Amino acid sequence: MRYLPLTDNDRRDMLGVIGAKSVDDLFRDVPERARRKGLVDLPKRMGELEVERALGRMAGKNVAAGSVPFFCGAGAYRHHVPATVDHLIQRSEFLTSYTPYQPEITQGTLQYLFEFQTQVAMLTGMDVANASMYDGSTACAEAVLMAHRVTKRKKAVLSGTLHPQYRSVVENLCEAGGDPVEALAPALPGKTEDIISRIDGETSCVVVQSPSFFGDLIDLRAIADAAHARGALLIAVVPEVVSLGLVTPPGDMGADIVVGEGQSIGNGLNFGGPYVGLFATRTKYVRQMPGRLCGETVDAEGQRGFVLTLSTREQHIRREKATSNICTNSGLCSLAFTIHLSLLGEDGFKRLARINHANAVKLADGLASVKGVELLNKSFFNEFTIRLPKPAAAVIDALADKGVLGGVPVSRLIPGDASVENLVLVASTEINTDGDRASYVDALKEVL
Amino acid sequence: MSGMNKQGRSTTPGEAGTASIETYTGNRGLRLEEPLLFELDNPGACGVDLDEPDAFAPRLGALERKTRIGLPGVSEPDVMRHYVRLSRKNYSIDAGLYPLGSCTMKHNPRLNEKMARLPGFGDVHPLQPQKTVQGALELMDTLAHWLKELTGMPAVALSPKAGAHGELCGMMAIRAALVARGEADKRTRILVPESAHGTNPATAALLQYKVDAIPATAEGRVDLAAFKAKLGPDVAAIMLTNPNTCGLFERDIIEIADAVHAAGAYFYCDGANFNAIVGRVRPGDLGIDAMHINLHKTFSTPHGGGGPGAGPVVLSAALAPFAPLPYVVHGKDGFRLVETDGEAKADGARPFGRMVAFHGQMGMFVRALAYMMSHGSDGLRQVAEDAVLNANYILASLKDDLSAPFEGPCMHEALFDDRFLKGTGVETLDFAKAMIDEGYHPMTMYFPLVVHGALLIEPTETESKRTLDQFIGTLKHLAAAAKGNDKSLFTGAPHFAPRRRLDETLAARSPVLRWQKETPREAAE
Repeated sequence: MRYLPLTDNDRRDMLGVIGAKSVDDLFRDVPERARRKGLVDLPKRMGELEVERALGRMAGKNVAAGSVPFFCGAGAYRHHVPATVDHLIQRSEFLTSYTPYQPEITQGTLQYLFEFQTQVAMLTGMDVANASMYDGSTACAEAVLMAHRVTKRKKAVLSGTLHPQYRSVVENLCEAGGDPVEALAPALPGKTEDIISRIDGETSCVVVQSPSFFGDLIDLRAIADAAHARGALLIAVVPEVVSLGLVTPPGDMGADIVVGEGQSIGNGLNFGGPYVGLFATRTKYVRQMPGRLCGETVDAEGQRGFVLTLSTREQHIRREKATSNICTNSGLCSLAFTIHLSLLGEDGFKRLARINHANAVKLADGLASVKGVELLNKSFFNEFTIRLPKPAAAVIDALADKGVLGGVPVSRLIPGDASVENLVLVASTEINTDGDRASYVDALKEVL
Repeated sequence: MSGMNKQGRSTTPGEAGTASIETYTGNRGLRLEEPLLFELDNPGACGVDLDEPDAFAPRLGALERKTRIGLPGVSEPDVMRHYVRLSRKNYSIDAGLYPLGSCTMKHNPRLNEKMARLPGFGDVHPLQPQKTVQGALELMDTLAHWLKELTGMPAVALSPKAGAHGELCGMMAIRAALVARGEADKRTRILVPESAHGTNPATAALLQYKVDAIPATAEGRVDLAAFKAKLGPDVAAIMLTNPNTCGLFERDIIEIADAVHAAGAYFYCDGANFNAIVGRVRPGDLGIDAMHINLHKTFSTPHGGGGPGAGPVVLSAALAPFAPLPYVVHGKDGFRLVETDGEAKADGARPFGRMVAFHGQMGMFVRALAYMMSHGSDGLRQVAEDAVLNANYILASLKDDLSAPFEGPCMHEALFDDRFLKGTGVETLDFAKAMIDEGYHPMTMYFPLVVHGALLIEPTETESKRTLDQFIGTLKHLAAAAKGNDKSLFTGAPHFAPRRRLDETLAARSPVLRWQKETPREAAE
C-alpha cells in the first residue's frame, strides 16, 4: 500500500526487537471474541486512478455553482477566491502542522492567528477576537453560553429573524443544559420586530442577526441600550462578513459579543463545511471567552513572538470547569480568511462590498419588474427576499431544470408556515454578471 | 576532475567560525524574520483588481459604514512573500516525524486534497435543490456506510465539526434516550476515568452532568472494582477512551459494557485512538453505544495547524433513533437529506435537534473517503497493525533508556514517565525542547495526568523503520546526556528554532491579543 513504508522484512526485524512472535501477539489485550480474524466487508485497496474515477463519478452528478447562473445564500455565499489563497494554504508547513503547542517551531501558525484576530476585531468594531470557532452557528451558541457566564443569568432571547438553523443549534445546546430560550416568531422583511419588550431581569442576552435571515439591515443601537439597561448583553450575528465593508459594524452599535460566519472570505461553499466561525467581544469579557486565543510575548532573547494564551479557560487545563469543551479552531479556514483579506486590504474589501450591494440592487430591481413578483426588503446588503405568486420550492426546482440556481426557498428552513411558503431568499455577489441576472429574470418569467 | 567553470572563486569552504554573528536584518540565512501584516501597510497598494461599480442608489437604510476599518494595503507579491516566510517558521508532518501522542499525525495524501477540490464537491451550496446534489449526498451515504462497517455500529451522525463536538453529540443522544425513558432527571452522574482527555469532563459539564472520576490501576487501566462500586441508578453514562490515553487496550471492556448496561446506563467511547484498532476490532463488538471518530486522525484529513476537523459519531441501535438532523436516506428516488423534525418523524426517528447549520464538514468527508478507498479493507487493517508495531518498536527500543510506567504491549502509542530524569536537573519540558534542536517535533508532554512528567509518543503507521531508528537513536543520545549530567543540551533549549523559549506567563498576565498602532497592555477583568 503506497502510504505504508514498512516492508515484510522490516516487520519481521521489528517483531524480533520487540520479542513478539507475530503482530497478533501485540493485540493480545483485546478480548478474544472481539478480535476479527478476517477483513471487514468493504472493497479492497485502490490506486489513485481508481479513486479519482470513483469520486469523480459522484462529483459529476452535482451541479457546480460555478457552472450556472447562481444566486443562493442563506448563510453561505459564493465569492471569488484569489488563486494565491489556495496555493498558500496548501503549503506543507500550514496544511500538515498541528495545533501550535510548541511555539518555538510554530510561529508561522501563531503569527497568522494573531493577524486573524486583529482583522476580525477591526471588521466587527470590537476590542478582541478569538482564533476562530467551527462556524457561525456554533459560534452563536457559544456566545449565548458566554453571556450566561458573564451575567450569571440563564435566559436567551432570540430574534425571529435569526437564521433558523442557528436558532436550532442555540436551542439544542441551551436546552441540553437546562437553560430556557425564548425565540420570537419570524417577522417578515420590512416589518419591525419588538424584541425590546421581551427583555426582562432574567434575560442574559438578546441575539439579533444583521443582515437578518431575510436580508434586512437591523439598527442595533436601541436594542443594545435596552439590553444594557436591564443588565443583559447584546449578541450580534453577522452571517455574511462581506457586509462589514459597507454596513456600520455591530461594535459601533453597542454589541457586547459579535459572532459571524467567515466563509465568504477565502473559503468555498463546500456543501456546507468546513467554514470558519468569527467571535469577537470587549476586552473586559476576555476571560469568559470560549476557544483558542493567540497572544504576543517575547522569547528568552527578548524577541517578539506569539503563544496560545489564557489557556486556563480551556478544557485541557480546566477539564469540567472550562469555558467550553472546544478543542480545535478552524485553523486552515482562518488562514484562508486572513490571506484573502490581506489581498483585499481596506480599499479592496470596501470595493468588494460595494460591488456586492450594487449587484444585489440591480437583481432586486430586475426581479421586482417581473409580473407577480414583489421585493419585500426596504434595506439589504447582497441578499433580499422576494414573494412569488405561487409556492417557492416548486419554482426554484423548475428554475434549476432551466439551469438557474435561483436562491433558497424559505420553506426549506421554515417548513409548514403558510406565511413564508411563497418567499425566496436571493443573493447576488461579485460573481454574477449582467448576463446571469438577465438569464434569471427571463427564466423566472417562463416558470411563472 | 570537475568540468564546472569555477570562474576564479574558491570551491573549498574556508574556516567555519563559530562566533555568534549579528546580522543587519536579524535574518540568519534561510531563517528569515517577518513583521506583522499590519506593519507592511503601504496605503494605495492592493492585492486584487476590482472595478468600482457604476453609480447606483444604495439601499442600506441609515446604516452605511462611516469609519475606516484599519486594514493594511499590500500587493499580491508582498502577501505571497509574507505568508511563505511565515510558513517557514512551522514544523510539519510533511517535513518530519511528528510524534504527538493522541494526535495521530500521519501522512496526508495530496490525492485527498485534489478530490475535495473537484467543483462537484467544493463548489456546491448546502441549500441547492437536492436533485442537483445527488452525488454529494451519495458521498455522505457512502462515507456513512464505511464508518458503520468499520465500527460494527448501525447508525452514524455525520454533522459534528470536530472530536469534542462529536462527544457533545454522542452525549446529547444519550441524554435524549434518557429523556425518552423518563429517567433524565434521576440520572445525573457521568463516570470518567482519571486518564481521560480534558474534553470528556468538559463535555459532560456542558450538559450539566456531575463528573465522577474513576481511578486507574497500577497497570494503567480502569480499576474494575472501583468502577463497579461507583455504578448506581443515578449514573447516566461512562465516558471511556479505548485504547486509553496510556496507549493500552482496556482488557475488561466487555465486562465494563455489560455492567454499564445492567445498571441502565450508556457507554460512550472516546474514539480518538481508533487508529490502533481500525479494521481489526469493531467497537460494536465491545458493547459501545456511541463513539466519535476524528476523521483528522484515523482517516488523515490534514490537521491544518488546528482544524478544521470532523467528528462523526457512530451510534448503537438504542441511540440511533435520536441521531441529530440532518441525515441522508437512500430511497427509490435517489438520495434524500432529512432536514426537519416533520420529515424525521415520518421516518419514525426522534432526532434530538441540530448540532450545526447545514450538513457538517463535507470537505473532510471527501478527503476521508478518498483515504479509506485508497486503503480498502485490507489496507486499513494494515494501518492498525503497522501503527501498533511501530509504537511497540519504540517502547521496546527505549524502555531501558527512558522509563516506562506500564508493561507492554502497548497499542498505537508508547508512554514514558520522567523517572529516568530523576536527579538530573532536567525536566520533561527541557527534554522535549532539546528534541527541537535535533530537528523533531516533541511528543505530547505532561499528558495523561496519571503518570508523572508524561512523554507520550505516537509514531503512526506512515513512518519507516529508518525514520524510527534515527528517532530512537536521538532519544537514547539525549537520555544519556541527561543522565551524564550534561545539562548544556537542555538548559535554554531550543537554540536552533526560529524563537527561543517564549514567555507564556507574560502573555497571560497582560494579554496583547491584537495589533494596534500603539500596543498598550490592557488589563482584563
